[in-house]
Amino acid sequence: MKPFAYARPGDVAEAVRDVVAEPNAVFLAGGTNLVDHLRLGVARPDLVVDVRTLTSREVTDLPDGGLRLGAASTNSQVAADPRVRERWPVLAQALLAGATGQLRNMATTGGNPLQRTRCVYFQDVTTPCNKREPGSGCSAVGGYTRYHAVLGTPAVLPDPAAPESCIATHPSDMAVALAVLDARVQVLGPNGERTIPFTELHRLPGDDPSRDTVLEHGELITAIDLPALPAGTRSAYRKVRDRASYAFALVSVAAVVPPDGELRLALGGVAHKPWRATRAEEVLRGQQLTEDAVRAAIAAELADAQPQPGIDSGNGFKIPLVARTVLATVRGLLPEEQS
Amino acid sequence: MTDLLQPHAIGQDLVRRDGELKVRGTATYAYETPVEHPAYAHPVQATIARGRVTAMDTAAAEALDGVLAVLTPFNAERLADASDAEYAVLQGQDVGFRGQLIGVVVAETSELAREVADGIAVRYDEQPHDAELSADRPDLYAPEQVNAGHETDTAEGDVAAAMAAAEVTLERTYSTAMYHNNPLEPHATTALWEPAGDGFLTLWDSTQGVHPDRAAVCQVFGLDQEQVRVVCPYVGGGFGSKGLPHANVMLTALAARALPGRPVKLALTRQQMFVLAGYRTPTIQRMQLAADSRGRLSAIAIDVVEQTSKVKEFAEQTGVPTRMMYASPSRRSTHRLAALDVPIPSWMRAPGECPGMFGPEVAMDELAEELDIDPIELRVRNEPEVDPETGKPWSSRNLVRCLREGAERFGWSGPRAHRDGDWLVGTGVASSVYPTMRQATSTANLRYEDGRYVAEIGAADLGTGAWTILPQITADALGVDVADVDVRIGDTRYPVASVAGGSSGTNTWGSALVVAAREFRTKFGADPRDGDEASGDVDQAAQDDTHSPYAFGAQFVEARVNADTGEIRVPRLLGVFGVGRVVNPRTARSQLIGGMTMGLSMALHETSAWDPRIGQVANHDLAEYHITVNADVGEIEAHWIDEHDPYVNVMGSKGIGEIGIVGTAAAVVNAVHSATGVRVRDLPVTLDKLLPGLP
Repeated sequence: MKPFAYARPGDVAEAVRDVVAEPNAVFLAGGTNLVDHLRLGVARPDLVVDVRTLTSREVTDLPDGGLRLGAASTNSQVAADPRVRERWPVLAQALLAGATGQLRNMATTGGNPLQRTRCVYFQDVTTPCNKREPGSGCSAVGGYTRYHAVLGTPAVLPDPAAPESCIATHPSDMAVALAVLDARVQVLGPNGERTIPFTELHRLPGDDPSRDTVLEHGELITAIDLPALPAGTRSAYRKVRDRASYAFALVSVAAVVPPDGELRLALGGVAHKPWRATRAEEVLRGQQLTEDAVRAAIAAELADAQPQPGIDSGNGFKIPLVARTVLATVRGLLPEEQS
Repeated sequence: MTDLLQPHAIGQDLVRRDGELKVRGTATYAYETPVEHPAYAHPVQATIARGRVTAMDTAAAEALDGVLAVLTPFNAERLADASDAEYAVLQGQDVGFRGQLIGVVVAETSELAREVADGIAVRYDEQPHDAELSADRPDLYAPEQVNAGHETDTAEGDVAAAMAAAEVTLERTYSTAMYHNNPLEPHATTALWEPAGDGFLTLWDSTQGVHPDRAAVCQVFGLDQEQVRVVCPYVGGGFGSKGLPHANVMLTALAARALPGRPVKLALTRQQMFVLAGYRTPTIQRMQLAADSRGRLSAIAIDVVEQTSKVKEFAEQTGVPTRMMYASPSRRSTHRLAALDVPIPSWMRAPGECPGMFGPEVAMDELAEELDIDPIELRVRNEPEVDPETGKPWSSRNLVRCLREGAERFGWSGPRAHRDGDWLVGTGVASSVYPTMRQATSTANLRYEDGRYVAEIGAADLGTGAWTILPQITADALGVDVADVDVRIGDTRYPVASVAGGSSGTNTWGSALVVAAREFRTKFGADPRDGDEASGDVDQAAQDDTHSPYAFGAQFVEARVNADTGEIRVPRLLGVFGVGRVVNPRTARSQLIGGMTMGLSMALHETSAWDPRIGQVANHDLAEYHITVNADVGEIEAHWIDEHDPYVNVMGSKGIGEIGIVGTAAAVVNAVHSATGVRVRDLPVTLDKLLPGLP
């Protein structure tokens, strides 16, 4: 393990200043991902700034009926919160589908969305990876692609040697739920506070796969806000995986059906970011939520999906699997007479 | 034929004697051995799959504060015997597989050793590597023999003629994946060379056999047995991967030799265990079955293709169970290997039988379906009266009883498939088998000490229960209460013992303990004095060569497949086994359901995703290499029939460590087929293979 300095500043403003002052500094919250990466050599910071006790642990009501999740609230705590369970069940279900009880006790609201990809090549410092080492190439293209992206990738198969190639997926379950809920991310940075719509927090690889999010160096998530949902809204999270527990999603679906029937849909395990299925939502706008309509909408969403060949037949199975899982999830949310 | 021991302590479900120590965390494992002022070692590994190390820049590393030694092929001492290429660490510059040991750093802390080892710049002359197994490679070869001394090929009758003449034939190819043993405790060693004298080495090593471990180290370093002590009271699992030492043990001993008087510790990382600790080869099994319309086999054949490493040959005996399982006049088995630039395969729980009962037991299910015969009935109709391979009578064979009793307990009769809401439900069955073995070498010493009987034998408890059951056997052999008996194991200071492998530990060590106990009673009678002592060898125990000794079993599975997503869940797993006499029902049940769970894991989850482009397992940690977890196991039951076998040994025991994993994967595949109509012939069974066939 590369030696690093450890700091525990007195407040968030000081934490931000500390990180801004050191180009190779990182924030530490629950540590469930970062500590692994320190051991593996995937993360090699010079300074680790511990913010766990600096941001709020509270989950508080907002005046508009929404909920503010302090950045240091734990995944276990949020999943167990009666308000979340009752009004945002998609989030509680997503949290409980992730990791294990022990990890959820440590993982935080601020840290979970910032966990990095589980791409096996990203995690292995002996193999090229554009995300870990910009410009080195992508080992995943043509390799072990079972957990990799089918959406948000180039229309043609990427060139493994190209510096922009990256077919990694974002692994968080929580983030898929936050994307479908139109959560808002409260951020403190060197230039003060700003609010980022959750769906704009994560980015596609573009020309710089090393960047997972739009956060600038030194920007710290202080809270995530859940906007209120209309009374009578139904929501659910469905995670598909080979193993019944402690496994990342092959694909996952977060669905929200408000009383007006305007379906909101997000997908996990399919892209470099939690994938808000805006195209499917658009197709369905103003339509009756029938199985046929949903099938057509998800087909539109998947029209540009690009299977990645590789070891054990690659990941082409994800495309029909997404369609089937969306249908099953939405079917479960429809009022009895429609399903 | 032997009069079996009268069971008094045998048969009792005594709790583990080492259980409390383990629960409290005070049982000492190899890496935790309390030693004075330890140093820590971390390997340097090759990052190419084939070629030659031409230079290693170690100057900066050596100059670092806290670094104690840096060994490479360029400066390491020459070993006395480098004939075993796996053990010949740092003896040459050639690289035969990615991850091969090419150096070691010893430092004051494990973190520093790792950081320095990872930072050493290595220059290679890289050669193109060849690391992809396939059944149509032109360079497949027949090894001289396969593991455990079995013949490579066998043939009887005329399979081709039988296939041409039969009313029904089945020709299918099945495959099993690459698997890694992954015991919870990593391979770990603490090594200490005495600073003075001719050289004395103490190894606290996580091993399935302290004596075989010592023998290998003595060979490599040119030492007498008296110069090496190996200690291992507790093992956090091995599953075969600690059956023989691997290169990490030699590397630790070599590193410690550079620092005489200083204990050196080395524990493999999980990623390193995917390279250095052995694995089960992937297998490709071409099966042929010929039968009449009533299901009586006229031919059974298996042609196996699997891999080994160019560095060292290991040939899994995958075709072996087909030779004896079912009656058939014509039979054939062959093994062909591809020697690749890959890590060295080795033993993994039930080598041979575990992968080798996958193809045949799915093929039998396919034949039963083809003939519209119940798969249990098909097996019953092909029950051989004597061992088809040797012609010898069975010491005991109760496969049919296991199948029948299992069917009764499981509720086999009636329709096998139905739909329950979103779930497609089906059931499946397969047979299990494992040979009953006893090793040729093991000695026990028995002494009367402060009013207690104390036996010593260098046996190993991998978590299996040896600490608990060896006293039970000894107590019955002496005719005393088990509470008055201690058995000490896990140290070469005790008499020689065989490896805990091949499900032979209880059979072998127990036999030696019984000989010692009887010798003790003969010499000292029922009223011994303090210090009275006797010993016994397994080779003094009764031996039967006229019967064919095997354990058999039957496994039943209920599988549920989600009709939307193809997710597979197994709510019920039930096995019935004929394993001779069970010494301790508590530890036996644990072994059997442990094996069955590992078989479930093989069926649904485990696969070492091999990346042939770089010559490495891509998913080389336990977050990505999935092992069945508690949430995947519903009801799991292991039962055994009351089986009296007077031929195997004086305990009447057959060995239970491995049979539980044999046949499980086939039963799962057969259940998934009954649920969905989809026949998956390549393990693991995952949802992507079912999706195209779902409604």
